[in-house]
Amino acid sequence: MAQIRYDPPSMAAQVSPVAAVAKSGNGVGLRARLRRATPWWAQPLAIVVALGAFTVYSIWTSFFGPGPNHVSEHANYLSPFFSPLIWKTGPVTPALWVLWAPLGFRATCYYYRKSYYRAFFWDPPACAVGELRRRPYRGESRLPMVLNNLHRFFWYPAFIVVVLLWVDAFASFDDRGHLYLGLGTLILLVNAVLLSAYSFGCHAFRHAAGGGLDCYSCSQGGKARWRLWRVVTVFNGHHAAWAWVSMFSVVIAEVYIRLLQAGMPDPHLLVK
Amino acid sequence: MAGALPQPSDAVPQPGAGLSAPVDGPPTTESGLTGETITLRVFKGQPGGEMGYATHQVPEVTGMVVLDAVHWVQRNEDSDLACRWNCKAGKCGSCSAEVNGHPVLMCKTRIDTLPRGPVTVQPMKSFPLIKDLVTDISRNYETNKLIPPFTAAPDDGTPWRIQQMDIDRLYEHRRCIECFLCQDVCHVNRSHDLSARFFGPRFFVRVASLEMHPKDILDRRDLLRDQGGLGYCNITKCCSEVCPEHIHITDNAIIPLKERVADAHWDPLRWVARKLRGSGTKAGEKAAAE
Repeated sequence: MAQIRYDPPSMAAQVSPVAAVAKSGNGVGLRARLRRATPWWAQPLAIVVALGAFTVYSIWTSFFGPGPNHVSEHANYLSPFFSPLIWKTGPVTPALWVLWAPLGFRATCYYYRKSYYRAFFWDPPACAVGELRRRPYRGESRLPMVLNNLHRFFWYPAFIVVVLLWVDAFASFDDRGHLYLGLGTLILLVNAVLLSAYSFGCHAFRHAAGGGLDCYSCSQGGKARWRLWRVVTVFNGHHAAWAWVSMFSVVIAEVYIRLLQAGMPDPHLLVK
Repeated sequence: MAGALPQPSDAVPQPGAGLSAPVDGPPTTESGLTGETITLRVFKGQPGGEMGYATHQVPEVTGMVVLDAVHWVQRNEDSDLACRWNCKAGKCGSCSAEVNGHPVLMCKTRIDTLPRGPVTVQPMKSFPLIKDLVTDISRNYETNKLIPPFTAAPDDGTPWRIQQMDIDRLYEHRRCIECFLCQDVCHVNRSHDLSARFFGPRFFVRVASLEMHPKDILDRRDLLRDQGGLGYCNITKCCSEVCPEHIHITDNAIIPLKERVADAHWDPLRWVARKLRGSGTKAGEKAAAE
């Protein structure tokens, strides 16, 4: 098709102060500009790197790591990868008795589904970007992906694990009857907070809390469930952020305990 | 350059006239010019004919949106350019198109938010092309007919008294302006061409607003799973990203619907509870809950 060319009129040289501000981008959403200026492959690449590194580290520390505990003169820290410590010795790593719950919870999580469908399966890699797939698309309507519907059944054990991580965090404050405030204590506490925020913002929990009701005012306990649903909705609104920070906090707690096992001192205050 | 504002007659779209009639362009003044020009590449053509991109140099105006630039082209260089539009205020949902590959409303896309360089405007990819920037979106209306409408219990006397807490979440669904950008960007339609077996995000929002309504008694979960193709959605949230009304389509419509389908088909605990209560239908579940 022929290219239509046009010479702009001479008055185009006039520039108003308002126009200069608009040209600089002021008044326009930074997120919108960043999103449009960022290449489509940047986010999938970042997710592949982060989730891939987490997976590799999880496998390494579960099967080949030095073990679950750091026990010193004062502190007794348990790595979140091994909590609760159900079976310390045996033919397989004790992490296997625990990890299936949080990993299954994350693997079926609605946010992580978005992430891995985009980043690993390129289904699609980004919005309005073409796909590589040539075979028929089935989405989550057939096996194995239809099993993501079981997300709620991973929430129950994952919730128990979070409760036990709170127990671990509080236990680390105790040094034979004295209050112990170590850096590891703080890390375990923050880890429990972030994991709680992630778990209680879960879409399946939001549905169970009250999202599945149609009429709050005419159901038994409906008003209480409506209030709970609203609280969960606040956490759910930032579910992606909680998913990432809680994943990093688990790794940070784990790495910190590894460093303590390697001989690094634990900065602390001991209140007698 | 003409500095006159659009006349009232221009602002009232005539049936079919919005497709190709040139309009009186954006309300520019000489002082609003930025002194720069935009290289605008606009898709031209129709099925069976020649198709390609026409390049135009458009004088940029402060606060200019892509629809302004298209109108400038219609008025000054290509009066035959077809473009569907109506309110130019982001409320009618008519001017949906793809700008630099992103599905957007042209009237809400400011030129100064786009990266420097040529601006490419093309029609929505997921719908059949009629001409230039205009596509045939009629299949959406056919899909809409498949959804059973709001149905209250026959003995639910009026006037109804509905508590605010019961309808608060429905307002978001009602914000939809039916621009169909979500239908366009959804890869199930766009890349896999499964629109015949997949309602799509806009209609999941509609079903959600019906299913969550405190007075509606129909159970559309089997329809969603079977005819609606809810399982094809893999939660990649592109629909939410492009929604000009900022409806959280995935979080507040599709995922709640998936959870409701899981209640009916993937939860043995709920299945046992339903059997014990003898409430196999939505109406029965409501009655049991009350």
